Amino acid sequence: MIDLEFVINTLSLGSLYALLALGLVLVYGILKLVNFAYGEYIMIAGYAIYLSATLLHAPWYLTLLIAVLAAVLVSYLTELIAFRPVRSQSPNALIVTSFAVSVFLQNVVLIMVSPRARPVQLPFFFSRTIEIAGATVPLRNLLVIAVTAVLLVALSLLMKKTVVGMAMRAAADKFTTTRLMGVPANLVISTAFVISGLLAGVASIFWVSRSASVDPLTGAAPLLIAFIAVVTGGMHSTVGAVVGGFVYGLVFNLLSVTLPASMISYRDAFMFALVVVFLLFRPAGIIKRGYTEERVG
Amino acid sequence: MAMLTVENLEASYGAVRALHGISIEVAEGELVALLGVNGVGKSTTLKSIMGVLRPVKGTITFEGQEITNRSPEKIVKRGISLVPEGREIFGTLTVEENLRLGAYVGFKRDRYKADLEEMFELFPILKDRFHQAGGLLSGGEQQMLAIARALMGHPKLIMLDEPSLGLSPAMTDQIFQLIVTLKERGSTILLVEQNAERALEIVDRAYLLANGQIEHAGTAEEIKRKVDVASVYFGDQTDADSCEVSL
Repeated sequence: MIDLEFVINTLSLGSLYALLALGLVLVYGILKLVNFAYGEYIMIAGYAIYLSATLLHAPWYLTLLIAVLAAVLVSYLTELIAFRPVRSQSPNALIVTSFAVSVFLQNVVLIMVSPRARPVQLPFFFSRTIEIAGATVPLRNLLVIAVTAVLLVALSLLMKKTVVGMAMRAAADKFTTTRLMGVPANLVISTAFVISGLLAGVASIFWVSRSASVDPLTGAAPLLIAFIAVVTGGMHSTVGAVVGGFVYGLVFNLLSVTLPASMISYRDAFMFALVVVFLLFRPAGIIKRGYTEERVG
Repeated sequence: MAMLTVENLEASYGAVRALHGISIEVAEGELVALLGVNGVGKSTTLKSIMGVLRPVKGTITFEGQEITNRSPEKIVKRGISLVPEGREIFGTLTVEENLRLGAYVGFKRDRYKADLEEMFELFPILKDRFHQAGGLLSGGEQQMLAIARALMGHPKLIMLDEPSLGLSPAMTDQIFQLIVTLKERGSTILLVEQNAERALEIVDRAYLLANGQIEHAGTAEEIKRKVDVASVYFGDQTDADSCEVSL
């Protein structure tokens, strides 16, 4: 039951979930905002693939590039237009704003495109399978592992080696003190949203490739997964989010292979029950870290 | 012409008025102290100067230009640096990274190396701890790192908020000695202290705060003569009435 195929599938699902969780936690770390519009960045990227393929007849690599750029742009603009003006208000204002942005973006595509699902054309090689040591694996699954590995290394280099990265780590710990160093608050927050959008865009490519379609509510499921992965992994560190993503993928795949066929459709229910029980015993999540809970004002 | 001029500063936390019109001046090269018991508005004054707190009324002028209501990052750029109360070291960052962020304003690569060497001379311990996480340092070491971090930005005015708070007597001596050294090197310093007796030994001038107002101002000698410092320190004036609630 636990063979090479299972390992690769778990790693690929975990990679995807880790990307999703990481994008959510980067903004949370700095603004202490759970951005409920995050799923919409994923949805928008999906529509960007669909529109660039159908309207522009763009080749596959261009559709993927446009998708990622669209997610980055929307993420950046939502911060600029929606979150920045209410940042100094109460934390509730920020969270309600994120719901509003989410509903707004869903309705934009609903009105401008269609309420119904649209097919998403993905690169021809996504659906290929290859054989490794007797295991048949979709190429897409190996790709997501590779892309996630590259992004994780790049992100950790950015956070460790660049001044903006240092400032972001500092701001996640003590926001006001970071400003006292002369680091502009807006720079740190914008950067967090840009990286969050980038991760959402890349994750979106692999997310929509599973159903090869996109609809206005596409963002709901990945948002939920990212949120649960972040909460179980630990809200206060990027490492926690990545660990949470992989653990989520592992538990989900274990349930898939162990549950009897008649129960498989209740997989999510089992998953959530496990999360509730886990959080009862360890409310801080898998990775605990002593960050101060300072709000940005 | 004073380097920093604060006029009629009023500040509040929500409905709680913390400052009732404070005026202070610091000239270039001076070491000035703001003294008073807990809760009289010393830190509030520094936070208002720094732009962390928006004053209700009053003006703050630095080098002839008004900086009232500017953002902290803009004020840092102008050349004021605050070493915050409680040190506020970035605990998850290394000592090196803390110092690098301190040099964020006006960063110059060629100057940076020389500045680090200078900090190692002032604070040899930071060289030994260079690659350790800031959170692993002792309280005194963190205070040194906080001061070094502020100095890395080449501030024209450095404001120290209770640098001796929570430190051992030996470490307190070291920090006070350091403040004297900084003054001798030409720094302009605004020092906030609860330990009035110690502060008056080293400063040029001092302001004594009570209830969000300045009660006495003058040279260290004048303050010592006019005021029974021990009574201020040990609380003839309790801090219970230091903030009043206006509804």
